[in-house]
Amino acid sequence: MHPAYSVIVFTTSSGAGYGLLFWLSLAHLAGRLPGGAMAFVAIALALALITVGLLSSTMHLGHPERAIGAFSQWRSSWLSREGVAAVATYAPAGLLALIWLIGADTGVTKLLALLSAIGAVATVYCTGMIYGSLRTIRQWNKGLTPVVYLALSGATGALLLAVLMSLFGASAQWIGVITLVSLVIAGVAKLAYWRQIDADPGQYTTAMATGLGGQGGSVRPLDPPHTKPNFVMREMGYQVARKHASRLRRLSAIALFAVPIVAVLIAVFAPGGAAVLYLIAALAAGWGVATERWLFFAEAEHVSQLYYGATRA
Amino acid sequence: MAQTKPIVETSPKVSDEVRQTTCYMCACRCGIDVHLRDGKVSYIEGNRNHPVNKGVICGKGASGIMQHYSPARLRAPMKRVGPRGSGQFEEISWDEALELATEWLGKVRKTDPKRLAFFTGRDQSQSLTGLWAMKYGTPNFAAHGGFCSVNMAAGGLYTFGGAFWEFGDPDWDYTKYFMLFGVAEDHASNPIKKGIGKIKKRGAKFVSVNPVRTGYNAVADEWIGIRPGTDALFVGALIHELFRMQQIDLDYLIRYTNSPWLVIQDPGAEDHGLFARNDDGDPLVWSNEAGGFGSGKISDLSASLTGTRTLPDGRTARTVFELMAERYLGDEYSPEAVEERTGVPATQIRKIAAELAHVAFEEEVIIQREWTDAWGRKHDKLIGRPISMHAMRGISAHSNGFQTCRMIHILQILLGSIDCPGGFRYKPPYPKQTPPNLLPHGASGDIKPEMPLGGPHLGFPHGPHHLLLDEEGGPNRLDKGFSWDAPMSAHGLMHMVINNAAEKDPYGIDVLFMYMANMAWNSSMNTPGTIDALTKTDENGDYVIPKIIYSDAYYSETVPFADLILPDTTYLERYDCISLLDRPISEPEILADSIRYPVVEPDRDVRGFQTVLIDLGARLGLPGFVDDAGAPLYPGGYPDYMVNHERKPGVGPLAGFRGKDGTEYGVGDKNPDQLKRYIENGSFWEQRFDPEHAYFRHANRGYLDWGIKKGIRLTPDATIFQLYSEPVQRFRLAAEGHGDRQPPDRARERIQKYFDPLPFWYEPMEGAMVDTSKFALHAITQRPMHMYHSWGSQNAWLRQITAQNRLYIHTSVGEQIGAKDDDWVWLSSHQGRVKCQVKLMDGVNPHTVWTWNAIGKRRGAWGLSDDAPESNQGFLLNHLISELLPAGGGGYRYSNSDPITGQAAWFDLRVSIEKADGDEKTEPFFEPVGTGMQEPSPTKVAFGAEFRRKAQ
Amino acid sequence: MTCLPEKTDKKLGLVIDLDICVGCHACATSCKEWNTSGYSAPLSDHDPYGADPSGAWLNRIHSFEATTAEGVSKTVHFPRSCLHCEEPDCVTVCPTGASYKREEDGIVLVNPDTCIGCKLCSWACPYGAREYDYDDGVMKKCTLCVDRIYNENIPEEDRVPACVRACPTGARAFGDLGDPDSDVSKSVAERDGFNLLDEFGYKPVNKYLPPRINSVQAAPVAEEPAAPDGSRLEKLFAWADKALSR
Repeated sequence: MHPAYSVIVFTTSSGAGYGLLFWLSLAHLAGRLPGGAMAFVAIALALALITVGLLSSTMHLGHPERAIGAFSQWRSSWLSREGVAAVATYAPAGLLALIWLIGADTGVTKLLALLSAIGAVATVYCTGMIYGSLRTIRQWNKGLTPVVYLALSGATGALLLAVLMSLFGASAQWIGVITLVSLVIAGVAKLAYWRQIDADPGQYTTAMATGLGGQGGSVRPLDPPHTKPNFVMREMGYQVARKHASRLRRLSAIALFAVPIVAVLIAVFAPGGAAVLYLIAALAAGWGVATERWLFFAEAEHVSQLYYGATRA
Repeated sequence: MAQTKPIVETSPKVSDEVRQTTCYMCACRCGIDVHLRDGKVSYIEGNRNHPVNKGVICGKGASGIMQHYSPARLRAPMKRVGPRGSGQFEEISWDEALELATEWLGKVRKTDPKRLAFFTGRDQSQSLTGLWAMKYGTPNFAAHGGFCSVNMAAGGLYTFGGAFWEFGDPDWDYTKYFMLFGVAEDHASNPIKKGIGKIKKRGAKFVSVNPVRTGYNAVADEWIGIRPGTDALFVGALIHELFRMQQIDLDYLIRYTNSPWLVIQDPGAEDHGLFARNDDGDPLVWSNEAGGFGSGKISDLSASLTGTRTLPDGRTARTVFELMAERYLGDEYSPEAVEERTGVPATQIRKIAAELAHVAFEEEVIIQREWTDAWGRKHDKLIGRPISMHAMRGISAHSNGFQTCRMIHILQILLGSIDCPGGFRYKPPYPKQTPPNLLPHGASGDIKPEMPLGGPHLGFPHGPHHLLLDEEGGPNRLDKGFSWDAPMSAHGLMHMVINNAAEKDPYGIDVLFMYMANMAWNSSMNTPGTIDALTKTDENGDYVIPKIIYSDAYYSETVPFADLILPDTTYLERYDCISLLDRPISEPEILADSIRYPVVEPDRDVRGFQTVLIDLGARLGLPGFVDDAGAPLYPGGYPDYMVNHERKPGVGPLAGFRGKDGTEYGVGDKNPDQLKRYIENGSFWEQRFDPEHAYFRHANRGYLDWGIKKGIRLTPDATIFQLYSEPVQRFRLAAEGHGDRQPPDRARERIQKYFDPLPFWYEPMEGAMVDTSKFALHAITQRPMHMYHSWGSQNAWLRQITAQNRLYIHTSVGEQIGAKDDDWVWLSSHQGRVKCQVKLMDGVNPHTVWTWNAIGKRRGAWGLSDDAPESNQGFLLNHLISELLPAGGGGYRYSNSDPITGQAAWFDLRVSIEKADGDEKTEPFFEPVGTGMQEPSPTKVAFGAEFRRKAQ
Repeated sequence: MTCLPEKTDKKLGLVIDLDICVGCHACATSCKEWNTSGYSAPLSDHDPYGADPSGAWLNRIHSFEATTAEGVSKTVHFPRSCLHCEEPDCVTVCPTGASYKREEDGIVLVNPDTCIGCKLCSWACPYGAREYDYDDGVMKKCTLCVDRIYNENIPEEDRVPACVRACPTGARAFGDLGDPDSDVSKSVAERDGFNLLDEFGYKPVNKYLPPRINSVQAAPVAEEPAAPDGSRLEKLFAWADKALSR
């Protein structure tokens, strides 16, 4: 699948935003979120990331001005559900941000935080399911897809919260531990995901797609319909060399998991340089998650390519 | 959630108006319904009532809109102001353009009309262009048939008075076995597609004989991936087997062919190999009934097919049948003998022969229908041998194509399958006489200043006495047509014109006048050489071809090389006449012709070429174009001519709706409302035959008489099939030293060898002359079906389908040279080399490489950008094909053509292949031609958006 | 699956006969010219005269070389367009409802006025049958010429999709595949018509008829043992004389 930058930005940015929203909401529920400016900056950052992501996602729409219609088909469409969940999450999160901005202290913030956390999980789950539900792409059509989305959202969100807390001088060991655990879970999930897709050669063949060749035969394209690539080939025929992909996988695993885990570990046990360490971890993870998301698209093979030279999908 | 159902307008208005005309996206000439919206062409579909396409349309026809609105269209007359090829023109008025052309042409006509060469490309108005050239008085006229179809036309017409090409069709309704030789997507495109669909559905067997398995061949039930140029060996082996198995239609041979005719056997005599004749000139047969000699023209059913007879003068004679059997039963035509050369296993040849025999004789088709033969014998039924065959370019484009084509016809005739139910059927006005009684004109004595030629240029010589020679016995035509180089060149040799003119061989010219022929690119052999010829200068720096006038509708590669451009219209803006005098659109059961008329008016300063030609004819004062007072005869241009011209009394360009009230056809008075009647009738006219006249028309009394009445036959005599061709033998006799017209010594051996009155196989010229161990591969081309004859690279839709060609090679060849798909290779011939990209495939003869022709374009032409795939990766094989053969004995270089007909031997090409490195661009890579006055092409097309906005 | 109709009154679709398709592209260009000013107007083309010409086409013709396990090779021309599946995700993934399947005839359509151009439906189609129009910003697809097949402004016999109307070999047929007595259903039954990617489970309505081989049952002819020169000729002439004297 063609890795569109708008969609990479959307999923990584809003993923981190929802992760941050989730953790700060939980922290607030647990009474551990430092108050004052820090709380507001955190939720503002979360909402900003979410908004940048969502705006970015509309950039790949042909008619963004009609986007309102996208909330109508929540009964069947994960994309519609995601839209509904995203907008629904804005309500409690926005209110929470407003309350924290004006510094009011009311009991309702706990409820808003709870709703925000639920909304964040629901939205990211829907995002994952947009991809996870597509049977045309075996690399996406896995149970682990939404899990990885959730886990990476959680890990990147936790990292951001850790960065903020340390920048505000409110660093605490608990956030370090949460970040560490999130990163490990995400890393395990992602590695498991890669193992899973590598083990799946694809169940569909050119013979099935064309009905030609019979049992054990072969079907090879002679002439494509048109000389130059068409929409389907550009959008769904993107190919990344296996060697290139595995190098990128290693790099993204190092940047997204190895470096942050080490950095956070140090930060947990040597809180002195926490701010710098968390920042390093966050920057590495940011690059890593963008690469991971690029690979998520680039490595995805679409069944339609059976008509354009793929032998299995 | 209940969904609100969107409202879909299921009955939108399709168009404001439908106008019916004739397609011109290729040579097929289907009827089309052109829908107009707001005065714009909005949709084109097939005309359901039309005899050719019966409603269907092809990929080209349905893309006509993009041709009509092509950015490569020329917009106004232009005069060249920069050097040739620079594309530097200035727009001029029509008056100025026509005055200039009149001045140039008038001067030549006053001095030596021969110094005008007038050649047309995919012209569908040859009866007009030929008439014009005849009245002008130059011998140098032809259309592009010499590099296209002449082997098929001549091979067929000399043999059975019809031809494959577009002059006949398999009997799709009854045939049970269809054999297709070579690429055939070029002519009769929709009729053949319809036919293939029909027979496949009916369960008839379809055998394709073609080195390449694409297009029609892909749906064949059996594909024979033959080696190019060896078809006559394969067909000879089939004939061998039929003779061996005694599976031939003897009755048919006796009735309709010259197989019982007696051939004089007197080697060394001046009439050796000619037919023994009686005092009336009738060929002799041995009549068993009469117990003596009889006439071969009366279909004597007791005539003997065998036996050596002693003629009244004491010499011996043998029947054609015996000579033929001897030829094909010879060991050289046994399946085993041909299997290696052809690549067709002997077992497969045997199987096909057995199937042919089985279908012809065990599965005959009988239609209970009374008819009377040419000799008055009544028949109560029609017996059909349901074997049909078709061939075109694949046979035609070899230098052994004439003989190969004749041999295929002999196979058909031995099976009794010409114009019978299930066989190959004539399209009227065919059959003609054999040999055809149309003779060529333009010998030296016939050329005088300001005098018309004595008759039409192109015809069918019956022997050396019909050649068009100068006083010294050399060629009198610039293309050397009807000379000893190509004696039976019934369509001329357009492929030789430019290079001969530049070499002044046989002589130089003053004006080259061409229409619709892309000679500076894909229509020439040796394209770089042709470009050099067009720009060659003499010692004074003047062009050796001093003046070039060119008419085309589009900015092709040839336009920049002309001095004066006469811009033509698109096919939807013009009048045309698809005449029975020219290349008719008849179907086997329908006599038909058709017109084009402007369904939209041009939005540019362009004029239909035919109207311009008629105007020029009047300005030059050509007889037939002005009246006695010198006033134009057809001031209304082409439509005026179409209605009011008469070739002979009552016979005009259009056969339908003649007579004052439009009720007559064929022969009848002029009808001023004729065009109106055509337009009302969908721009065509058709006349269905009496069912009694539907078959055996070469010898069908009712049909022959009807044909005379309607002006499409010249004699009431039957057409007798010439298995043995006497005109061919006459040339051979001349080469042996007989007669007063003698070939030059260098040509004797060649003529003796190739002018065999019985078809035989010989190695195609190029293969026989180059080192085939070096050039081990054959290279051939075909046009993609969606582009055949369509000028399609300027078409925004068609070029998306094929914007670049690759060289298709057999998987094993790819393995040998270590090439994978899209790798670059050098392809070399004795002429030059081309760099191109390969695609590996299984469905090609392993000794053959091929590509889609004419996809490669030159930068600057056709409104394409300089980075278009057509000019950067696309390539032409033309660069590898020499217009001349390598020098033979004596150093003379013959044209790379069939030695008999002069047909360009495109498919004789021999090549070698090797992997190439370097940058990914084709070579030779030509400098762009200048783009002249052309406006830049748009970067986006959203055709139809305006109609939707309007609807909303 | 709230957005797919439980059942449709008809299952309109195409039957494509791979046995006689010669790959002429008539169906593709006829489709293009009808639809570029029809329901889906326009079908835009980008860089039409340049280096990378491409555009929206609702019907495309592939060609394949298929080789059986026994090594028998065949060239097959293969038209491909929307199959109007009975249970396709291209409809259900659509967030706006612009992509829908009609209850009355089963045609899958995109509403060009509500499509937001998110392309998700094209991702959900295993057949690559949906074509995004970069210029128009909406998804385009085969409509089965919904603006032809019921169109009272055109003659009844022409109320078929433009591709069917054009096809010179008759390799395309249109009809109700939900009606077992329709011509299309009968040809599918007779010819073992098949679904593309049946295993995928979208239940395509369009069907393909497989290539087949027509043959002639002629008795095999044995090769004669080599004979002395001329004996074959003599035999032939004797046969000819005898046959003609009867």
